[in-house]
Amino acid sequence: MSGMKVHTKINGDPVEFMCEADESLLDVLRNRLNLTGAKEGCSTGDCGACSVTVDGRLTCSCLVLGVEAEGHDIGTIEGMAEGEALHPLQKKFIEHAALQCGICTPGFLIAAKSLLDKNPDPTETEIRFGLAGNLCRCTGYDKIVRAVQDAAQEMRKTSAKASAKKAAPAKKRVAAAKSRTSQKKRA
Amino acid sequence: MRYERPTSFKAAAELLAKEKGQAFVLAGGTDLLVRMRTGFIEPDLVVDIKLINGANEIKKSESGFKIGAAVSGAELGEHSALKKAWPGVVEAANLIGSKQVQGRCTVTGNLCNASPAADSVPALVAAGAKALIVGPKGKRKVAVEEIPVGPGKTSLKKGEIIEAIVLPKRDGKSGDAYLRFIPRTEMDIAVVGVGVNVTLDGKGVVTKARVALGAVAPTVRLVPAAAKALIGTKMEKEALDKMAAACEAACSPIDDKRGTREFRIKVAGVLARRAAAIARKRAGGKSAGK
Repeated sequence: MSGMKVHTKINGDPVEFMCEADESLLDVLRNRLNLTGAKEGCSTGDCGACSVTVDGRLTCSCLVLGVEAEGHDIGTIEGMAEGEALHPLQKKFIEHAALQCGICTPGFLIAAKSLLDKNPDPTETEIRFGLAGNLCRCTGYDKIVRAVQDAAQEMRKTSAKASAKKAAPAKKRVAAAKSRTSQKKRA
Repeated sequence: MRYERPTSFKAAAELLAKEKGQAFVLAGGTDLLVRMRTGFIEPDLVVDIKLINGANEIKKSESGFKIGAAVSGAELGEHSALKKAWPGVVEAANLIGSKQVQGRCTVTGNLCNASPAADSVPALVAAGAKALIVGPKGKRKVAVEEIPVGPGKTSLKKGEIIEAIVLPKRDGKSGDAYLRFIPRTEMDIAVVGVGVNVTLDGKGVVTKARVALGAVAPTVRLVPAAAKALIGTKMEKEALDKMAAACEAACSPIDDKRGTREFRIKVAGVLARRAAAIARKRAGGKSAGK
């Protein structure tokens, strides 16, 4: 068997790799590209530990062939933090101790981000259904759900602030900045 | 294993027809890759159909909807016109697997995997869906209920491939629904699944109906007697009783860890009533069973 050449984008960067026709994307990521964030749990699409996005859509990388990635954008856990700055979900998972052994965590983070991208204000039921494709044998899920709720709330606040800033006329912004300064001085 | 990525269904059918070893079609891969990984199959050739023009499209036309063989469950759920016309088909397709699986799985694959418990199939059968088949001898169109012939077996001949699933045009006051029983709330295989599709006239009398059962026989089963019990009625209690009895009579289920024979038969009747009530409501009928 000769390998096939595949051209993809991974976390925004163009990446080329060679792989065998029957090799899963998960094996390519872990064994050829050294992106070991996605974990191998069941390899049958049940546990979600290998979750990635393909063109923005949540997918189990164990259920995709490496060769199928040709021409597609792959998103992995390695692309979630911006440099040293952790994503709010990552911060909240730490804060809420939403992990113990940690093997399911990258998959949960990718799945939770995918959920919040589509639905920034999910109910607890929506979170539980949204994450039903990810198994955790340590936490009992409760801490994970709470971490996602908390992260969602923080992300909504941040985006509300950002859009308020955009919408506010320049004068008001100056005024707001001044009042913030005066508040600081008072403090 | 060879991996091919043809750009037409004709070329895909030729590749499959020519292959002397084991050849498989790859769309979402959520069943195929599992079977490869567990050693259940060792393909010599895998034909990926996702690059074929139209395979990833849902087309709405005068005659209904055409769902390309590579359209994912998630894409069905995001298609508002399809959801409005065929809510039962879409809810059934969206019950398959997790969000991760939804991003890849297809209803054509669900049909060709030929599991008696396939969630989308009873809904497709109730909808009167047809499969467009391309093969070495040209094209043919068959009712979806004719595709599975037993667990894991289909009526497709060597080299034949389903290009799309076609849902008929909706007429008047119509509605469909799919319900399944599973012991959990999500991510499980149906113990019983029921698809019901009804059309009402201006007075709320059923003019057309189709009822299909999943997981209670070697293949998904269309139950004409259940449909007959509904047609000409306003779905009063008596009609629903008759329909439920017809559903129970059509069951020949296995006994397994998910449910006993008796349980499956009973639940088939119960779910048929509930699904019929939802289908009727969606068709614009007043509350059912009164």
